[in-house]
Amino acid sequence: MATEAQGAEHAAESGGLVFHPMDQFIVKPLFGGDTLAWYTPTNAALWMGLSIVAIIVLLVMGSSRRAVVPSRMQSVAELAYGFVHKMVVDICGKEGVKYFPYVMTLFMFIVSANFLGLLPLSFSTTSHFAVTVVLALLVFLSVTVLGFVKNGAAFLGLFWVSSAPLALRPILAIIELISYFVRPVSHSIRLAGNLMAGHAVIKVFAGFAALTVVSPVSVLAITAMYGLEVLVAFIQAYVFTILTCVYLKDALHPSH
Amino acid sequence: MATETHDAGQAAAEMAHGAAESGAGMPQLDFSTYPNQVFWLVVTLVVIYLILSRVALPRIGGILSERAGTITNDLAAAEDLKVKAAEAEEAYNQALAEARAEAQRIAAEARAEIQVGLDDAIARADAEIAAKAAESEKAIAEIRAGALESIEIVAKDTAAEIVSALGFKSDEAAVTGAVTERMKG
Repeated sequence: MATEAQGAEHAAESGGLVFHPMDQFIVKPLFGGDTLAWYTPTNAALWMGLSIVAIIVLLVMGSSRRAVVPSRMQSVAELAYGFVHKMVVDICGKEGVKYFPYVMTLFMFIVSANFLGLLPLSFSTTSHFAVTVVLALLVFLSVTVLGFVKNGAAFLGLFWVSSAPLALRPILAIIELISYFVRPVSHSIRLAGNLMAGHAVIKVFAGFAALTVVSPVSVLAITAMYGLEVLVAFIQAYVFTILTCVYLKDALHPSH
Repeated sequence: MATETHDAGQAAAEMAHGAAESGAGMPQLDFSTYPNQVFWLVVTLVVIYLILSRVALPRIGGILSERAGTITNDLAAAEDLKVKAAEAEEAYNQALAEARAEAQRIAAEARAEIQVGLDDAIARADAEIAAKAAESEKAIAEIRAGALESIEIVAKDTAAEIVSALGFKSDEAAVTGAVTERMKG
């Protein structure tokens, strides 16, 4: 039975259609072994470290010459800086600039992790709920704490829509309260879900490539999906950051 | 039929195997990896935050503000130079106008001087001419007077001669009186 099953499995694999679209997301210890303690260096840790390296190369080494007329790398670094800085100032106002390094940290981590995840054989750290939930909770908790520290009880005005008719306000308050607590959920699942779905779909198309008849279509589909994923990698980082700014604005100016 | 059921069973076994391996089919929901990922994520975020807030962002912000300063300075310098150019042009125009005015003044002065000299010369010439004319007139008058006197003398003499030739004794006083009478016309 065992040999038979093995033979069948082998036949299925050589026959082509074997899909393991989720295997790319498995967290494994880097140096072998099965135990996964909280400190074990894993592929997730490796790719997070590589995103640090990417950020250092882009933002620190790229700007090391401090040229008034920038090189290409420095232009990109300045572009990233200006992009996030403008976003923070436009949405949160001048008071938001204080939290710019924090927002920039989130943006740079997500965008670099997203793009590194697009490399073949890489590991997408941002496709894991463990990562995005922590990111979203960090935003949620810090924004909530900040809101109460800055505004005191007036922060609760966020839930009391004073422009609505008085009778509607309690209902709206409940809705607002629910939507407030749903924020970290949508914030985190949006990012991880987008990344995971795109990578899984690419893997599925790649599985189809084993069939000679459909392999050209499959390769084309992978190419198209990859293009889409490049877009998604940036847009999701952008969306996460802009939502962070919006939540920050709510904490700084809770009145509607 | 047998193979089909076998395949189905094998697929189910594989699914079960996969589920066992990756936690309900999705590695994302394998909670045993969470502490590890959260730990490394926090480390990563702290490192990135420190790098950005200590090194990268101040530096890039400095570069950007420096560039903005340079551009502002250059624009101000350009504005300055423009103003200076306008000033220089104005000064040039003014100098030109002054020079033109000076030239006109000098020309007018010269003209006036020449006019004065000319007037002087003309006056002098006129005076000279007048003096000469007066002199000539005087001379002419003298000559005329001289001529009249001579005529009178000649007339008296002639009259006396004629009288004596006619055989009369010429009375000098009468002849003179008659001639004078006649000469008065």
